[in-house]
Amino acid sequence: MEILHMIFIAPFLDMVALPDLFFQGLWDGFVGGTLYALLALGFVLIFKASGVFNFSQPILMVLAALALVSFYEMGINPWISVALVLLLMYALAFGVERVILRNLVNQDGNILFMSTIGLTFVIIGAAQWIFGGVPRSMIHAELGFPVGSSEWPMFGGAVYFEHIDISAVVLASSLIAILAVFFSKTKIGRGLRAVADDHQAALSVGISLNQIWVIVWFVAGIVALVGGLFWGARSDVSFALQIIGLKALPVLIIGGFTSVPGAIIGGLIIGLGEKIFEIYWGPMMGGSVEGWFAYVIALVFLLFKPQGLFGEKIIERV
Amino acid sequence: MFDEKNTETVLEVSNIEVVYNNIILVLRGVSLSVEKGGITALLGGNGAGKSTTLKSISNLLRSERGEVTKGSIAYNGDNIKDLNPADMVRRGVIQVMEGRHCFEHLTVEENLLTGAYTRKGGRAEVQESLELVYNYFPRLRERRKSLAGYTSGGEQQMTAIGRALMSVPETILLDEPSMGLAPQLVEEIFEIVKQLNEKENVSFLLAEQNTNVALKYAHKGYILESGRVVMDGPAKELRENPDVKEFYLGMSEEGRSSFKETRSYRRRKRWL
Ligand SMILES: Nc1ncnc2c1ncn2[C@@H]1O[C@H](COP(=O)(O)OP(=O)(O)OP(=O)(O)O)[C@@H](O)[C@H]1O
Ligand SMILES: [Mg+2]
Repeated sequence: MEILHMIFIAPFLDMVALPDLFFQGLWDGFVGGTLYALLALGFVLIFKASGVFNFSQPILMVLAALALVSFYEMGINPWISVALVLLLMYALAFGVERVILRNLVNQDGNILFMSTIGLTFVIIGAAQWIFGGVPRSMIHAELGFPVGSSEWPMFGGAVYFEHIDISAVVLASSLIAILAVFFSKTKIGRGLRAVADDHQAALSVGISLNQIWVIVWFVAGIVALVGGLFWGARSDVSFALQIIGLKALPVLIIGGFTSVPGAIIGGLIIGLGEKIFEIYWGPMMGGSVEGWFAYVIALVFLLFKPQGLFGEKIIERV
Repeated sequence: MFDEKNTETVLEVSNIEVVYNNIILVLRGVSLSVEKGGITALLGGNGAGKSTTLKSISNLLRSERGEVTKGSIAYNGDNIKDLNPADMVRRGVIQVMEGRHCFEHLTVEENLLTGAYTRKGGRAEVQESLELVYNYFPRLRERRKSLAGYTSGGEQQMTAIGRALMSVPETILLDEPSMGLAPQLVEEIFEIVKQLNEKENVSFLLAEQNTNVALKYAHKGYILESGRVVMDGPAKELRENPDVKEFYLGMSEEGRSSFKETRSYRRRKRWL
């Protein structure tokens, strides 16, 4: 009886009793959710355009963050450092297309997946060698993002807003919106969806697969940079960020691997869910449930709705 | 109107051999030419090599692990060996693949717009082409917002042809437009092909198993068997040729009309 009360009643009473704390949880979860959504979108674009589950997306985020900090430490202007990271991401996209995708085209999706695992370890090795493995702090302040926090009275209490979180939400959701429009309305976005539907037909109308692949990998690089910037600011810049990046996987399982809205909704579900769960159910489970909550939810989805919320409809004409 | 006397060759295929996966020899020396403003039919049964010939021209062959190992293909006098499909589209050659291959999760209109992918011009020009396509295929205008995957076979064929038109092609390589369509719809599609040929000056290289319809609309034809051209000539002559009548049009002077009879006769004739 006691335990049922603890699980099913007490948390909700707590929510009602301290609405400001509840709202704080929602906000923090929302910030995380937006960033998850953005990362998941990077996965979705590559998955759609090449059928590859890009295991290296999380390490791409680490690489972008590390490179950004390292360039700055070399005495380069912070915004030029950003530009250099973008250049690096583009070079990487180009290289991946040339060395991996181009040669493995027509191969099974599993082979391509394995190749992104290989890529992950190449990047880990190279990044450790070049930039070193010591955790460092992000340079968001140097880039001019507002730091500090504000306390706004709300719900008979107060809610804290970290200024960097507000920037994260604004920037990440703008980027998501831009990508969504890019994807659904522009010529290249259309080409990308065409490639996702039918490789051969896309070739036949003159869409260059190689060009599309470079574009989606570059987009994944941009997403990695923005993700790395803000996750780096929330904790610090180290290889541990990879664990956060990997959470895009459960997000995709929930939203569906091929769906842009799915990535967004899935990201928010995980972000909000894990935060609220951590606050209200975490203590009774020994804390730090944030680490595994997403995976449990994903498992439930795999059992009951394996195609995810927005998985591509299989078109069957009758 | 196509003038059979006064012609200019746009496409010249000379004695090509094609191999898939480095071992399967599929074309064994195919030569053909396509005249500007004409409709050229490429006929033959299953596996004769029609689609392979078209893909050699559009350069879609490489992505299917096929390769032209001998001979050459010239378009407007240029050897096209090292070009990719996008280059070919930019030069005015586009293939409409067998089985239509519409983008299922794109709307009909988005499908059409992908055909303009290689174009440099502005929005207005693309809009103009879209109007042109809708005028030839009014049914597509009605279904423009539907996902192509949910449209009928005929509509998908129209979408595939319309999509090719959006690239403002000089030559369309049209692979089995009649496949799986009701006879009436086949006529409808071929009528439009004829109009596109006459009014928009598009040359066609048309691969077909349906010899009857193809020869009705084509100006000339080639008959392919096991990767070789076994007969060619003006469509009118092919229509009258007794062998073609027997083997491909399923009729003969003795009234052998069923497929089975023709086949057994053909087999007998081969052995003799
Ligand atoms: N990608 C491929 N790999 C290996 N062999 C192939 C490939 N594509 C076609 N072939 C073979 O090449 C031969 C010619 O095929 P092709 O598709 O060109 O014939 P077709 O005349 O178009 O036939 P259909 O009327 O059935 O479409 C066939 O024997 C086929 O099995
Ligand atoms: Mg064929």
